[in-house]
Amino acid sequence: MRFERREHRPLALIILTPPLAIAAALVLSGLLIATAGAPVMEAYWRILVGAFGSRLSATETLTRATPLMLTGLAAAVAFRARVWNIGGEGQFYLGAIATAAVGSQLLAGAPGYLSIPLLLLSGAVAGMILLIMPLWLRLRFSVDEVVTSLLLNFVAVLVVSMLIDGPLKDPLAFGWPQSQSVADAAMLPKLVARSRLHWGFAIALVLAFVVHFVQSRTVFGLKSRAAGLSPEGAVFAGVPLARTLFLVACLSGGLAGLAGAVEVLGVKGYVTTDLSPGFGYSGIVVAMLAGLHPLGVVLAALFTATMFVGADGMSRALKIPTYIADVTVALSLITMLVAVFFAQYRIRR
Amino acid sequence: MSIVLDIIASAGLWAAVLRIATPLIFGTLGALLCERAGVLNLGIEGIMTFGAMAGWLAVYHGADLWTGLLVAALAGGVFGLLHAALTVTLGLSQHVSGLGVTLFASSFSYYLFRLIVPLSGSPPTIEPFAPVTVPGLADLPFVGPILSAQTPPTYLALLLALLLAYVVFRTPLGLAIRMTGENPHAAEAQGVNPMAVRYGAVIVGSALMAVGGAFLTLSAFNSFFPTMVQGRGWICIALVVFASWRPGRALFGALLFAFFDAFQLRLQTAVDGVPYQVFLMTPYILSIVALCVMARRARVPQALMQPYRRGER
Repeated sequence: MRFERREHRPLALIILTPPLAIAAALVLSGLLIATAGAPVMEAYWRILVGAFGSRLSATETLTRATPLMLTGLAAAVAFRARVWNIGGEGQFYLGAIATAAVGSQLLAGAPGYLSIPLLLLSGAVAGMILLIMPLWLRLRFSVDEVVTSLLLNFVAVLVVSMLIDGPLKDPLAFGWPQSQSVADAAMLPKLVARSRLHWGFAIALVLAFVVHFVQSRTVFGLKSRAAGLSPEGAVFAGVPLARTLFLVACLSGGLAGLAGAVEVLGVKGYVTTDLSPGFGYSGIVVAMLAGLHPLGVVLAALFTATMFVGADGMSRALKIPTYIADVTVALSLITMLVAVFFAQYRIRR
Repeated sequence: MSIVLDIIASAGLWAAVLRIATPLIFGTLGALLCERAGVLNLGIEGIMTFGAMAGWLAVYHGADLWTGLLVAALAGGVFGLLHAALTVTLGLSQHVSGLGVTLFASSFSYYLFRLIVPLSGSPPTIEPFAPVTVPGLADLPFVGPILSAQTPPTYLALLLALLLAYVVFRTPLGLAIRMTGENPHAAEAQGVNPMAVRYGAVIVGSALMAVGGAFLTLSAFNSFFPTMVQGRGWICIALVVFASWRPGRALFGALLFAFFDAFQLRLQTAVDGVPYQVFLMTPYILSIVALCVMARRARVPQALMQPYRRGER
C-alpha cells in the first residue's frame, strides 16, 4: 500500500473536508458517550438545543465564538506563514491584562469613543510583544518557536496572576485575586439587548474579512504565504523573510491579544486567571478546521463554541462530564488532519 | 548569602532535586528516543497527563503500584501508536499532530477521570510509593539520607538513563535508531526499516513519557487533578535540545533543572517581598534560556521532522 498525490482536487472535496472531519469526530465522541451509558443522539440533540435552543443560549454561543474567532485568526495567519504560534493563550491573557491595566488606571475617566479604540489597541500590542520574543529567538538563535511560545503561556498567566494579586488587585473583590475593572464607559456596547452578546462579535467578523483581504489581495499577504510555502524560495524571490515574519507575528500576536481585550471589554470588565477556558489552544483547532482560511475560521469557531456552550446543559441532564466538548474538539483536529491528507492523496496498492 | 548556603547544604534540597527530576528524566528520555528516530513528539504534555490519570486510576481500583506504572506505560504506548500513525504512515506535520495528540490525550483523561470519579469535596487518594532504603547506601554520610528519601521509580529513572545511553550508542539497535533519525534513506539501504524503527521509538518513547506522568500521581502526590502536569512535558522537549539528544546529558539537564526548581521553592519561603509568581516563572524562563544557549551548538538529528516516504526524496 502506498499513497499517491492526487493530480486534480475537485472543489467539492476541499469544501466537504471539514464537515466530514467533524462528522468523524462526532462519531468517535459518540462512542465515548455510548460507553458511558448515555443515549448518543439525545446527547447531541441536547448540545444543539443547549447552544441554539433559546435567544439566551444562541447569543451565549455567539459570545463564546467571539474570542475563538480572534484566536483562530491569530493561529491561521501565523500557520499560513509557518510561524508556529502556539502561544495564543498567553497572548490572550497579556492582551486582557494590558486592557484592564490601561483601562482602570490611565483611561479610567476617558469617554468611550476614545478609550475603547485605545484599549483594544493596547491589548493587541501586548499580544504582539509576547509573540515577537519567540520569533526573534527563532531568527537570532534558531530556537523552535513552538516550544518557546508554549512556555511563554505559563509565564504570561503567572504575570497576570502576579498583577491581579498585586498592583492591579481590586480591593473590593473580597480578597479574591481579580483585577480592577475598566470604566463602564469603556465597555463594548451590547449587540443584542438583554444578553451578553457585544460588539466584539461584529469586530471579529469584520476582521475575518479584513484578514482574508490582506492575505489574498495584498503584497504582504503574498509574501507571508510565500514564506510559509518555502522560506528558501521566498528569499530567492526577493521576499525579506525576517521583516515578513515579523509583520506576521505582529498580526498574529495582535489578533490573539485583541481577543483578550475584547473579552475584557465585552464580557467581564476585569481579569481573573480563569478568564480563558483555553481560548488560545482552541484557536489552534479552529484554525486547522478552517483549513487556515480566515472566513472558514468564523464557521469553525461557531462549531467549537456550539460544543462548549451546548455541553453544559447536556452534561447536567445526562451526567456526562463537560470535558466531552474538549474531547470532541481535540478529536476534530486529528480527524481534520487525516481528512486533509486523504483529500490530497489517494491510496494505491 | 548565608540563606543560599543554608539551602544548598540541606539534605532536604537534594532529596527534592531527585524527586522533582524523576518525571523530567522519564519525559526527556522518552522525547529523546522519539527525536533520535526523527519524530518530534509534542504529544508529551497530554501523554504525561494521561499516564498520570491511567496509573492513578488503576491503583485506585485495586491494582498494585507497579501495575499502575505498567498501565500508564501501555496507555502511553497507545497514544504513541496514534502519533506514529499520523506522522510516520501519513507523514503529517509533526508539530500539529503532536498538539492534536496532546489536546486529545489531556481532555480524554479529564473526561475519563470525571466519568469514573464524580466530583467531590476532597479528591480521593491512593497509598503512593514509599521511600526505599538501599542497604549500604543508606549509611553514607550526607548522601544516605538523600537516597533514603527516594521511591523506587526514581532509581528506575536513573537506571533508565544509563540503559538508554548504552542502547543508543553501543548497540546495533541504537545505530539503527540514530541512522533513521539522521538519514532514513541510507538506513533503508543498510537493511533497516525506517518505518518500523520510527514506530517502535515513538511507541516506547511515549510509554516512558506516560510513566513520568504516572510518577506524579503514584509517588510525588497521591491524587489526580486536571492541569497537574503544568507544562512539564514542554520543559522536557526543551531539555532534549539542551541535552543535545544525548541520554547522559538529558539526565544531567533534568537534575540541573530540578536543582533550580527545588532551590527556588526554598528561596520562596526564605525571601520576603518578592511575589511568589516570580519564583514559579523561573522553570519556564530557564527552559527558554537553555534553548537559546544550546540551540546553535546542538547536533540536531538531520531527519528530525521530515516524513519518510519510500522512494521519495
